[in-house]
Amino acid sequence: MKFEGTDNYVATEDLMVAVNAAIALERPLLIKGEPGTGKTVLAEEVAKALGRPLIPWHIKSTTKAQQGLYEYDAVSRLRDSQLGDEKVHDISNYIIKGNLWEAFTGDVAPILLIDEIDKADIEFPNDLLLELDRMEFFVYETQEHVVAKNRPLVIITSNNEKELPDAFLRRCFFHYITFPDPDTMRQIISVHFPDIQKSLVGEALQIFYEVRDVPGLKKKPSTSELLDWLKLLMAEDMPDEILRERDPNKVIPPLHGALLKNEQDVHLFERLAFLSRRDTTR
Amino acid sequence: MFINFFYELKEAKVPVSLREYLTLLEAMEKGVANYKINDFYYLARSALVKDEKNLDKFDRVFGKCFEGIEFTSDEEEHDIPEDWLKQLQEKFFTEEERAAMEEMDFDELMETLKKRLEEQDERHEGGEKWIGTSGKSPFGAYGFNPAGVRIGQKEGRQGKAVKVWDKREFKNLDDTIELGTRNIKVALRRLRRWARDGNAEELDLPDTIRSTARNAGFLDLKMVPERHNNVKVLLFLDVGGSMDPHIKVCEELFSAARSEFKNLEYFYFHNCLYEEVWQDNVRRRADKLSTFQVMHTFPHDYKVIFVGDATMSPYEIVHPGGSVEHWNEESGETWLQRMMNVYPKSVWLNPVPEGYWDSTPSIQVIKQLFGHRMFPMTLDGLDRAMKELSR
Repeated sequence: MKFEGTDNYVATEDLMVAVNAAIALERPLLIKGEPGTGKTVLAEEVAKALGRPLIPWHIKSTTKAQQGLYEYDAVSRLRDSQLGDEKVHDISNYIIKGNLWEAFTGDVAPILLIDEIDKADIEFPNDLLLELDRMEFFVYETQEHVVAKNRPLVIITSNNEKELPDAFLRRCFFHYITFPDPDTMRQIISVHFPDIQKSLVGEALQIFYEVRDVPGLKKKPSTSELLDWLKLLMAEDMPDEILRERDPNKVIPPLHGALLKNEQDVHLFERLAFLSRRDTTR
Repeated sequence: MFINFFYELKEAKVPVSLREYLTLLEAMEKGVANYKINDFYYLARSALVKDEKNLDKFDRVFGKCFEGIEFTSDEEEHDIPEDWLKQLQEKFFTEEERAAMEEMDFDELMETLKKRLEEQDERHEGGEKWIGTSGKSPFGAYGFNPAGVRIGQKEGRQGKAVKVWDKREFKNLDDTIELGTRNIKVALRRLRRWARDGNAEELDLPDTIRSTARNAGFLDLKMVPERHNNVKVLLFLDVGGSMDPHIKVCEELFSAARSEFKNLEYFYFHNCLYEEVWQDNVRRRADKLSTFQVMHTFPHDYKVIFVGDATMSPYEIVHPGGSVEHWNEESGETWLQRMMNVYPKSVWLNPVPEGYWDSTPSIQVIKQLFGHRMFPMTLDGLDRAMKELSR
């Protein structure tokens, strides 16, 4: 079972090796990279390519590791006991299964996506060490031992907001998604917009990489922003001459709202436009 | 099998552990890399490197280890295929040189050949693959290495793979570069992380029981509000020198993280700490503050961060009257020592790159004084400093 990218996801060679290593050794795969380079999408596409179900677990700053395993709803049990509900005698009625539990008990080994692990508390990864390593945990309330029937493939994404503990890292494979070079980008575009004009792509890519190269940008546009922009350009039926005949008075690319997400960045471009105008009129 | 490589990585300060090494071997056994050098490179990278800041170091070590191929067996070492030598000769030497070479003995020949190869390699960087791969080190301790040559001669995949790590595209992610506007965001995030502790919200059990009982047995949950940040910081900044831009970066950094601290105070000094500091840089002559007063105002649990290049004449630290600006009754050393006695949690951040520290006596003195708690002003240094402070 090998992952080789899908119809709508272009995987670079190094990414494929990393994913396949994680599949072969049944170890978690940690994915980092600039925002918008397709970290989360990767898990979806791997699930699709391997024909396995995907169990996403999106992490927030308040997420606790325990919530991934199970939660004991003590409050509703207390309430039920006050109301004299029969359910109250069986504690397992109040055990709520978490995503990890679900992933462990699936008939087919699923893909478990732990999205943006760095959003959580700093202790979060440490609390999952044993569970991800041995793929088993113990439910204290019911004295039950949950062991994974089939080891799920765990894909973890991180935006680098917090450093992950060494002990956790040691158990993972790691891949850093670099920003795609123009050739890879062309492939990605052709996967998403099969019938886009070649000339439009060429011009758009040139502008796109120029925008990324402008020093001092707060937020560099990424792959997902480029795709949005192209979609807009196509929807507007923008003739590619407009992109090509860029007179220096207009440094800001057309429909820039899709590329520049920050008013400071737009200002920066306006300033650049002003400077170039001044240079040409002189 | 790759023990050599593993130790080289360790040497280069890439944090690799035995477990990761075994993972790599296991993956090799399962045929993930399929005996292709490119795949092997990707696999090794994925298994051994866990942080993008180490990718560049990894690339360098990989290039060194697998370009030179230092792990062939001993017997082969002396075995030099004649035709290989000829080929090299033809490639790199002119007719006359070849004639002259007849007289050379083996060692001389190798020496010349090596030199020539090095020259070629420099001039043709990234040019002919043949030179690129076998460039610097097919010549081991004793003659050359047949395996090393094989790598060089075979064009195609290997050549491409070498290029992959020779590109060193992860250079910018190395966290040993100085703090600047580009990475200040990350630095800020780390500072914030340092300042924050405790859970957002938790159940206050005693209070819940109490109020439930008071509520005639009906459940009444009580939560404790978020524990507040309790990190208090005194920042001492060295101003009035070549280090001003760095100091400014640092000042901005800390004031950006200000909301995360319970208390943050700035003080300025020049070169070394003496009996007076000031809080307003513009009015530094007028508004002076006794260092004693600072020590008496802020309690021991404050954490103290000095920022400065610590580069001066050692006299300015160790001798009374050593200051360049005024006559100081007591030496800077005494004052720093006092400071550290009052505030056990103190570090010195130094914008001077760590590599130069050993050659500057005054940096050595201050580092000694601080019990080696001096850190470079890089992301990594900041990290280590914060770790030290929160210990």
